Amino acid sequence: MSWTFLLRRLLLAIPTLFGVAVIVFVLLRVVPGDPIAMLIGPGATEADIAELRRLYGLDESIALQFVYYLRDLAGGDFGTSISMRQDVMELVLGRLPVTIELCLVAMLVAVGLGGAMALAGAYWRGRSGEAAVDGAAGFILAIPDFLWALLFILFVVVFALDGLPISGRIGHDVAFRGATGFLLVESLLRLRLDAFGSVLLHTILPALALALPLAAIVARVLKTSINEAMTQDYILMARVKGFSRARIVGREALRNALVPTVTLTGVQFTFLVGGTVLVEKIFSYPGIGNMAIDAVINRDLPLIQGLVLTFAVLFIAVNLLVDVSYALLNPRMRHG
Amino acid sequence: MTATPPAVGPTLSVRDLHLAIAGRRRDTPILRGVSLDIAPGEVHGLVGESGAGKTMIGKAVLGIQPSRARIAAGSVLFDGRDITHLPERERRRLMGRGMGLIPQDPMTSLNPAHRIGAQIADVLRLHLGLDRAAAGARTLELLNEVHIRAPERVVRQYPHELSGGMRQRVSIAIAFACRPKLIVADEPTTALDVTVQRQVLALIKRMQAQEDASILFVTHDLGVVAKICDRVTVLHGGRVLETGATRRIVEAPGHDYTRALIAATPRHDRPGGLLRPVPEALTARLDAEALAYDAARGSHG
Repeated sequence: MSWTFLLRRLLLAIPTLFGVAVIVFVLLRVVPGDPIAMLIGPGATEADIAELRRLYGLDESIALQFVYYLRDLAGGDFGTSISMRQDVMELVLGRLPVTIELCLVAMLVAVGLGGAMALAGAYWRGRSGEAAVDGAAGFILAIPDFLWALLFILFVVVFALDGLPISGRIGHDVAFRGATGFLLVESLLRLRLDAFGSVLLHTILPALALALPLAAIVARVLKTSINEAMTQDYILMARVKGFSRARIVGREALRNALVPTVTLTGVQFTFLVGGTVLVEKIFSYPGIGNMAIDAVINRDLPLIQGLVLTFAVLFIAVNLLVDVSYALLNPRMRHG
Repeated sequence: MTATPPAVGPTLSVRDLHLAIAGRRRDTPILRGVSLDIAPGEVHGLVGESGAGKTMIGKAVLGIQPSRARIAAGSVLFDGRDITHLPERERRRLMGRGMGLIPQDPMTSLNPAHRIGAQIADVLRLHLGLDRAAAGARTLELLNEVHIRAPERVVRQYPHELSGGMRQRVSIAIAFACRPKLIVADEPTTALDVTVQRQVLALIKRMQAQEDASILFVTHDLGVVAKICDRVTVLHGGRVLETGATRRIVEAPGHDYTRALIAATPRHDRPGGLLRPVPEALTARLDAEALAYDAARGSHG
């Protein structure tokens, strides 16, 4: 791990982002749908429409629009949202912390739950405990995240679990205005435990829906690689040292099993981020996923472009973190 | 070279040990009634070709035989106590202070994810109850004893940063860390360079003498046996062919197979061109004997 490695990866992100920008621009121009038509009232005249087209630069040729789009992007200008008439960058940055917090909570749940399942399965290797873990992982994996979300809502409604909110991010009765969008972190740092509890409670169900499929994948991959590590000579040595099975699984085998799991978890985490689009909508959770659906419905081209680029940046960041974590986990790669 | 006659009971006593690997249709016998005794402070060689079952005896003694291996009959006595079917918890208490292992391949036997220092200190803390500082200090001492230079640096290194010989020295330090009464050395020099082999062998001998530990020394190399062992057991097909003092076995072998093994071993006073492989007729005869033994045992029920 070195700074040149990090720098190289960051430089490589530029062509990737450029590619994403081109593809999303082209796709949005190819699919049918007129943002202006979604915007205007029933009594608008031809002149009004032409005026709006000019305002948003939609009267230019596509090639010219593309040139302007790239020029603005290079200057950090993502354009103005057509449906909300605000700067796209401001809109996205306002919502991004919400999704980041949701994803991180989901990630923690997935790793915690999946890790616990994997350890239990490896500990009870070849016994009914392992079969139970395998069965549970298979069942969880068979249901996609948005279906889990709907199931949870159904559950809350049917059993009248009033304590568990299924909409929004913070209770209406909680007076807490964060200076940042990171309500969870900020409320905790400012020791506003009422706000923290409320945000956490609102986050549990969407985070769990996002986390479950990933937890099942973590459980499977980690259990397999722990079992693989358990066949190595150093495990025999650990047994001769007189370590308990729990210690051998959790300390001797786990560390060596982490690398393949982190790779896969990193890849799967990007699917989790993608899953926020539907899950946030289902729970009316005010993140960028929710915003993306509205942007698509409204044919809000600049906002869609901005959101897709934001998701791309998130994906690249996750992959970079995965690579960095290799070096931390595997001492053999630290000096390479 | 000869061991002092055991005034006290043997440290390790293997009695008529039968072990088989469970198969889908029938079990495959690996050990066919193995018996051997190791006195306190004795280095006992276990010699045989690959497949003779010598490594399995070592594993059965340590209780780390594969899960599909079944001890069908016989027993392993450690310090007079039957440990053949010891419950997991008591077995763990026996390890470290009671028994240790010097593994065959030092490249794969140290945990690649943990620092060298931690891998020595953890046994000290577990079995001797040392705190972090005391265990760290003792770790440095141990590394000094196994002749590792700059131990202060080595404790912070990972296994992949050390050579094979260094790693085997670390393994030896771990094996002797809690002053066990018995150490199983499973072909401890086979995976090493020839130049390193001699040093490691000398180190094992010195540590053994210093700690007065018994060693079950598993090897296929009679040359190594002659250098380090007090007594030898010759094994073929999971059966003991003969046991005796090393000098007697090497100079006046009592079994054809031992004679053949000696003839197949390179020696300084004999050019390598005169080495003879073990005759096939002899191997075939021994295999037939083993099968006849199985059949006789089977008919007895």
